[in-house]
Amino acid sequence: MPGLEDLYKEIILDHYKNPRNQGELSVPPAIMEEGFNPLCGDEVKVYVLTDGDLIKDIRIDGQGCSISQASASMMAESVIDKTLEEAKNLIERFKEMMSVHESNMDSEELSEDNDENSLGDLQALKGVVKYPVRIKCATLGWNTFDQIITPGE
Amino acid sequence: MTGSIFESEKIKEDFPLLEREVNGKPIVYLDSAATSQKPIEVIDRMTDYYKQINANVHRGAYHIAELATSEMEETRTKVSRFINASSEKEIVFTKNATEAINLVAYTWARTQLNEGDVILLSSLEHHSNIVPWQQLSSERNIEIRWIPITQDGQLDLSSMDELLADVKLLCVSAVSNALGTINPVKQLTDAAHQVGAICLVDACQSVPHFKTDVAELGADFLAFSGHKMCGPTGVGVLWGRLDLLEKMPPFLGGGEMILNVTSDGFTTNEVPWKFEAGTPPIAEIIGLGVAVSYLEKIGMEAIREHEQNLTSYALDLLNDRFGDDLIIHGPGAAVERSGVISFSYRDIHPHDISQVLDQYGVCVRAGHHCCKPLMALLGVNATARASLYIYNDESDIKVLADAINEVGKIFS
Repeated sequence: MPGLEDLYKEIILDHYKNPRNQGELSVPPAIMEEGFNPLCGDEVKVYVLTDGDLIKDIRIDGQGCSISQASASMMAESVIDKTLEEAKNLIERFKEMMSVHESNMDSEELSEDNDENSLGDLQALKGVVKYPVRIKCATLGWNTFDQIITPGE
Repeated sequence: MTGSIFESEKIKEDFPLLEREVNGKPIVYLDSAATSQKPIEVIDRMTDYYKQINANVHRGAYHIAELATSEMEETRTKVSRFINASSEKEIVFTKNATEAINLVAYTWARTQLNEGDVILLSSLEHHSNIVPWQQLSSERNIEIRWIPITQDGQLDLSSMDELLADVKLLCVSAVSNALGTINPVKQLTDAAHQVGAICLVDACQSVPHFKTDVAELGADFLAFSGHKMCGPTGVGVLWGRLDLLEKMPPFLGGGEMILNVTSDGFTTNEVPWKFEAGTPPIAEIIGLGVAVSYLEKIGMEAIREHEQNLTSYALDLLNDRFGDDLIIHGPGAAVERSGVISFSYRDIHPHDISQVLDQYGVCVRAGHHCCKPLMALLGVNATARASLYIYNDESDIKVLADAINEVGKIFS
C-alpha cells in the first residue's frame, strides 16, 4: 500500500482489530456521552467512571472506521488511572498534534519525539493529519471524552 | 439513436478532468451520482459567455444583454423539450434540486396542506426530499408516512391502499441515489392521483441517465440538478404543471420576480420568473443548455444501454471475484437499477475502503449518502458507493476490483 504507511500503521491496525476498553459501564455512577461524525455516520459512546480526581475506568462503544476506532481505543488506554488534570492535558496535546497543518509536515516530519511531552503510542496517529478528512475520525472519541470531563463547554 | 457502438473511450476524451492522475495513477472516477464530470464544450461555453456576452439578463436593451438573455431562455426551451414538458414556462431555474424541492414545500405545500393531511415518502429518499417535509410536518402537524422497502431495496407496494389514506402529497425519487433502485414512478403516481394527491418526483438520479418524460411519469412536480448531468454546479431545475405553478405564491422576493413595485406593495411577474428572484446563475444555465445538447447528441437510449451493460458487467465481476465477502445492496439485476453500486466489503468500514481505493486513483463515495433513514433500514451505518456514467468502461471496473482486493490485504 504505497503512500498509506503513515495512516495505517501497525499499531493503529492492531487497536482497530483488538480494541481496548470496549463496552459499557452502568450509568450512574459512570457518565456517558455520545459523539457523531455527520460526514460518515460514525458514532461513539464514551463511558467514564471517576473516583474523585481519578479516572477509574473508561469504556468505548459504537462503530466507526479504523481511525476512529483505533484512536478511541488508544485514548482509553492512555487516560485510564490518570487524573482529570492529566487527561485534560493529554487531550490538549493530542488535539494540537491533530491540528498541525500539512504544509508544516515536511519540516516536522513524523518524528517520534522522546521528550517529556511525548505522546507515546499516540504519535502513531500523527500521520492522519496528511488526510484532512480523517482528522474528524481521529478526534471523534477525544471530543466526546472531553465533553464528559470538561462539562459546560 | 444512431445504432452505433457506444464509444466510451471517445467520450472519455471529451472530459479534460479524466486525463489527470491521482496519486500517480490514472484517475478512475466512479462518483457520478454525487456529481458528474464536465465535457470540454460545457466548460468552454461558460468561459466564452464571460469573455463575450456577460451582461445581466432581462434588463439591458443593448446587444450583449440581449444575447445573454436569449441564450439563457433558449436553455429553458431546451430543458423543457428534454423532459417533454408542455411549455418552457413550466421550467423554473433554481440553484440546485434541493432548492427546487424546498420551493414546492414553501409555496405549494404551505398553501395547500393543513393539519391532518399526510405526506407519503418512500424509504429510499435523499435527505433533501425528507427534511423539507419534516420541517413542514412539525410546523403544521402534518403526518409523514413511509413506503417500506423489501430486502433487496425495492419499494414494497403491498400495503399501498392503507398507506394512501389521507395522502395529499407523494414524494418519491425516480432512482435511488444510495442503491440505484429504479422506482415504479408511474404506478405510484397513478395510485396517488386516484386519492387526489399531488406527486413530486426527485429525478436527480434519473434525468442524467434515462430518457425522461414528465407526462409519462405522471409527475406534478419534478426536481433535478444540473451538475449530475454534465452541467455545472449552481443550477437546478424545478418542473411543475403550469396550472399548479400559476396558482402558487412566489418563493423568494426581490428583483426579477415582480411586475411592479410601489411603496404600497408589489405585483408578481409571470411564471416561471416569479420564482426566480434576483440575478440568476446565467453562465451556469447556459452551461446546462450545452450539457443537455451534449447528452442528446449521444442519445439517452444509448446512454441507458451503455450503463445497463456496464452495471451488469460490474455486478458479475464483483460477485465472481469476491463472493460472499462483498455484499451489493439493492436489486440484483442490472435491469432493475441504475449504475449506482453500493457495497459492503467484509466488515471493513467504507471510509477505509475509499481511502485505500484513492491510493489507486479510484474515486468512490463512502458514507450514508444523505440517506440515514435508509441506512438504518439496511442495518448499516454507511456503504461504499461506485456510480457509473457515460465515460466509464470495463477497464474502470477492473481497476476498482483490483483496488478492492488491496483493501482486503491491508485489513485482513
